[in-house]
Amino acid sequence: MAVVKLDSGYNIGVNPDSCTFFGYPAESTAKKTRVPQKKDLPVLSIVSTGGTIASRIDYRTGSVTSQFDADDILVAIPELAKVAQYRTIPLATILSENMTPSIWQELARAVYKEIQSGVTGIIITHGTDTMAYSAAALSFMIDTPVPVVFVGSQRSADRPSSDNAMNAVCAASAATSDLGEVAVVMHATTNDDTCAIHRGTRVRKMHSSRRDAFQSIGIDPLGFVAYPSREVTLKSHTVRRGSRKLALHDKLEKHCGLVQFYPGMSPDLLKAYEGYKGLVLAGTGLGHVSTALIPSLKKLIQGGTLVVMTTQCMQGRVCDRVYDTGRDLLSAGVIEGGDMLPEAALVKMMWVLGNERDPEKAAERMQEDLKGEYNRRSTHGL
Amino acid sequence: MDYKEAGLTAGIEIHQQLNTKEKLFCHCPALLRNSSEHSGEFFRYLRVTESEMGEIDRAAQEELKRDRKFHYFTYDTTCLVENDEEPPAPLNDEALSVCLTIAKMFGMTPVRQVHTMRKLVIDGSNTSGFQRTALVALNGVLPTGGEIETICLEEEAAQRVKDDIFSLDRLGIPLIEITTSPCMHSPEEVQEVAEYIGMVLRSTGRVKRGIGTIRQDVNISIRGGARVEIKGVQELDLIAEVVRREVQRQQNLLAISNELTKRKSSVNDTAKNVTELFKETKSTVLKKAKRIYAIRLEGFAGLVGREIQPDRRLGSEMSDYAKKCGVGGIFHTDELPAYGITAEEVARLRAYIDADSRDCVVIVAAVNDTQAACAVNQVIIRAQVALSDKPVPEETRKMLETGSSAYMRPLPGAARMYPETDVLPVIVDDGSPEYDYNSRAADSKSRTVRTRVCNRPELCNPAGFIRKTPPVRTCCGRGDKTQTCRIHDPFDMYGTPAGGCRSREDIR
Repeated sequence: MAVVKLDSGYNIGVNPDSCTFFGYPAESTAKKTRVPQKKDLPVLSIVSTGGTIASRIDYRTGSVTSQFDADDILVAIPELAKVAQYRTIPLATILSENMTPSIWQELARAVYKEIQSGVTGIIITHGTDTMAYSAAALSFMIDTPVPVVFVGSQRSADRPSSDNAMNAVCAASAATSDLGEVAVVMHATTNDDTCAIHRGTRVRKMHSSRRDAFQSIGIDPLGFVAYPSREVTLKSHTVRRGSRKLALHDKLEKHCGLVQFYPGMSPDLLKAYEGYKGLVLAGTGLGHVSTALIPSLKKLIQGGTLVVMTTQCMQGRVCDRVYDTGRDLLSAGVIEGGDMLPEAALVKMMWVLGNERDPEKAAERMQEDLKGEYNRRSTHGL
Repeated sequence: MDYKEAGLTAGIEIHQQLNTKEKLFCHCPALLRNSSEHSGEFFRYLRVTESEMGEIDRAAQEELKRDRKFHYFTYDTTCLVENDEEPPAPLNDEALSVCLTIAKMFGMTPVRQVHTMRKLVIDGSNTSGFQRTALVALNGVLPTGGEIETICLEEEAAQRVKDDIFSLDRLGIPLIEITTSPCMHSPEEVQEVAEYIGMVLRSTGRVKRGIGTIRQDVNISIRGGARVEIKGVQELDLIAEVVRREVQRQQNLLAISNELTKRKSSVNDTAKNVTELFKETKSTVLKKAKRIYAIRLEGFAGLVGREIQPDRRLGSEMSDYAKKCGVGGIFHTDELPAYGITAEEVARLRAYIDADSRDCVVIVAAVNDTQAACAVNQVIIRAQVALSDKPVPEETRKMLETGSSAYMRPLPGAARMYPETDVLPVIVDDGSPEYDYNSRAADSKSRTVRTRVCNRPELCNPAGFIRKTPPVRTCCGRGDKTQTCRIHDPFDMYGTPAGGCRSREDIR
C-alpha cells in the first residue's frame, strides 16, 4: 500500500499501481534554534537512555532522533530553562524493554563520572516499562551525594497532552533539591498538579498507561513536586543531599532469574535455572510455592544457586514460618526476602552476588537493608 | 444583492453524529449525559507540539497566547480513553460501515486503506490535544451538479460546560464529516444543499437526531475577500442568513479598506501606557485594570465603529483578536464617551497620545504588562490587515445567535495533521467487483491526490499493519422478534440479504 499525503493533511492508502512517480520532494533541513542558558542556575546532567521526554520522530530516517542536545530539550520544554542549566549525555536510544544489566553498568559509570565532575544533580530519561528496575540498579551501584532522578512519560511526547514536559520540569526541580538518593519522579495523580518522588528501590509501575502509574510500595513517597510552582517538599525518611559519599560499585552477576509461581507450575521449569547464581521467587501470599516444587528448589540450592522468596502480593512481607510449606522451603535453604519488591530483590541479588563471593555472606546481605529496599518494620498498610 | 456579481463562492461541511452502539475509539456507549451526573473530575494543561514536518500549526499557535488549563467531567459511561490515559481501541467497524453506506449513496470512491490522523486542536475540547479523524471516501456528486469532495470519520469533541470546563460524555462519539466543493453561488443554494445532505443522512436511520447532533460549517468567500469558515451553525434555517451576513461583512471590510487608503491612514505600532490617566475613572473595567495601554490608529476615526454586520463593527473584530490574550475586550474612541468613561477622559487621552479628530484611539485594559503587550499587538495586527490590500483575513469564525459571526482563530493549515500512530490503518475491502478501487483511485489521484507521494514505502507500509474489515452485522427488528442478519457487502447494506430485512426502516 502506498501512503499519500493530501494537501488537506490527510493520509490515505492507495494501491501503489495507481501512483505514478514524478520526483522527490525538496529536501528540508531541520531548523536549529539556540536557547541561551542562565549561567547563574545550577548545572544538571541529562543522561538519555531512549525515553521519550524530548524526542521526536525523524521523518527522514523513521527513527526517534538520537542526536539530542540541551537546545533540543529546551526548545521542546522551555520551562526547564527556569530551573537549571543542562548538559546532555546521550547514552543509549533503546526501548526500555530492551534494557540490559550491561547498560545499567554503563549508565552507572556515566552517572558516576557526571557526579564526579561536580554537577548539582542528574536526570536520567528512561522508558517507563523497566524504569523501576534501572532505578533499583543504580541505587545499588552508586552511593550518591546528589539527586539521581529517573523520569519518563506515559503518554507520548508528540501529543499536546503529554505528561513529558511536566514530569521533566518536576524531575529538574527534584534534581536541584535537597534530595540525596536515586529516585523516580512522575505524575502523582491524573491531574497536572503534582509529581511524586519515589525511592528507586521501592517504586513500581502499577498501571500500563495512566500518568500516575508509578507508586511507592510499602513506604510513603520521598516527597512531592508541586506544579506549576515547582515547590519541592521532602519527607523525613528521605536521604538528604550530601549524606552519602560518592562511590561506584558497578559489578553485577547477570546469571540471576525471577520466577513467578502459579498453581500447577511444573518443577521442570526450575531446571532451566540450574547453574544460575541466584533465583528470586515471587511466591503466593506469605511466600509459598507448591510442595511439588520443593525438591527441585532444594536441588538448585545444593547446586549453588541462591534462592530468595518474595511475594507476588507486592504489598506486605514474606513469612515462611507460619505454614508447613513455608517451613519446608526454609529447610530447603530458601532465604526470606522480607518485604522487598520481587524486581528490586532480583536487581539486588545481581549486585550482591557480583560483589560478594561467599554464599553465606551473600545470603545475609540479601536480608540487610542496603538502599532502603528492605524495611525492617511494616509501618504501612495497603 | 447580486451574489453572482459579488463573486460569492461557498461550500459546506456537515458534521453529523452517528447512532452507533459504541464510541469511535473505545467501547464506551455513545451516550450523551447531563453534566450534573458526572462522577469525577480532573484537569490538564495542553502544550503545542510540532507536526510530523516539524512545523507548528498557525491555528494552534494562536491558542498558545493563553493559559491552557482545562477541567474535565467524567462519567460512569466514560473510560480511560476519553481521559487520555489509555491508547485508543481500533476504529469502530460499525461507524466505518455507516460512513461507507453514506459514501455509496453519494456515489463516492472509498479510500482503499483508511488512515486515522490526529488533527491538532488545543482549545481544550479534546483531552489529547488532537481530534482523531480519517478520510473514508472521495469524489461524490450532488443532484444540483455540485460535488462532495470528501467524507471523513471523526471523533466528536468534548462539550464545553462552562469556560474551561468540558464534559467527556460527548468526546469520541462517531461523527461523519461531509465536505462539499466550493460549488455554490447563492445563500439559498447553500441552504438547499445542506437540507439535501441532511435528508440523505437521516434516511439511513443510523444517525443521531436532535439539537446539536448535526452541525454545519460554512466556507464563504467573495471576489476581493478571502475564505472564511463559519463554524457551528446548528439551525438549518440560519444557513442562508449566515452566508448573506458574511458577504455583507466582507464587502464592508473591502469598503473600509478603500476609505482608509483614500484617507492615507496608518497604524502606529507603538502603544503608550496610559494607566495614570485613568486613576480616578468611574469605568469599572478600567478601574480594575493594572495596566492600560492606548494605540493611535491614524485616520481610522468613524471606521472602527462602523457596522460591518448587524451588531458587529471593525472594533468587534479587533476586540476578538485581543481576547486571545485573555483580556475582556477593548474600548475605542468611536464608541466613547460611554461605559463610565467620560468625555473629559477621552479628551485627555487624545491629547496625551497626540490623536486628532481624524484618528481613532483603542484602549486595552490588562492585568499585567505581558498581557497588555499581547493584546496591543493583536489590535495592531488586525488594524494593519484592515489597512492592507487584503482586508479580509482568512479565518475560522463562530456563528453568533442571530447569524453574524465572531473571530475564533486563523484557518488551520495542513501542519495540524499528523498520523495517529496508535490506530492501525484499515483496509476497505468488501470483495465486491462493482468497486474497482484501482481504477477509481487512479482517477481520484489525477484530480485530488497530487502532492507528496510517499517515497519511503518501508515507513508507510510497516509489515503487519493491515487489518481487514470483517463482514458487517446488523440487527433487524421485526415485530417483537429480533434477529441478526449477516450482510456480506458493506456497500449494499439495504439490499435484501439472507435473513431478510425488508426495508431500511427495519435496520435500527
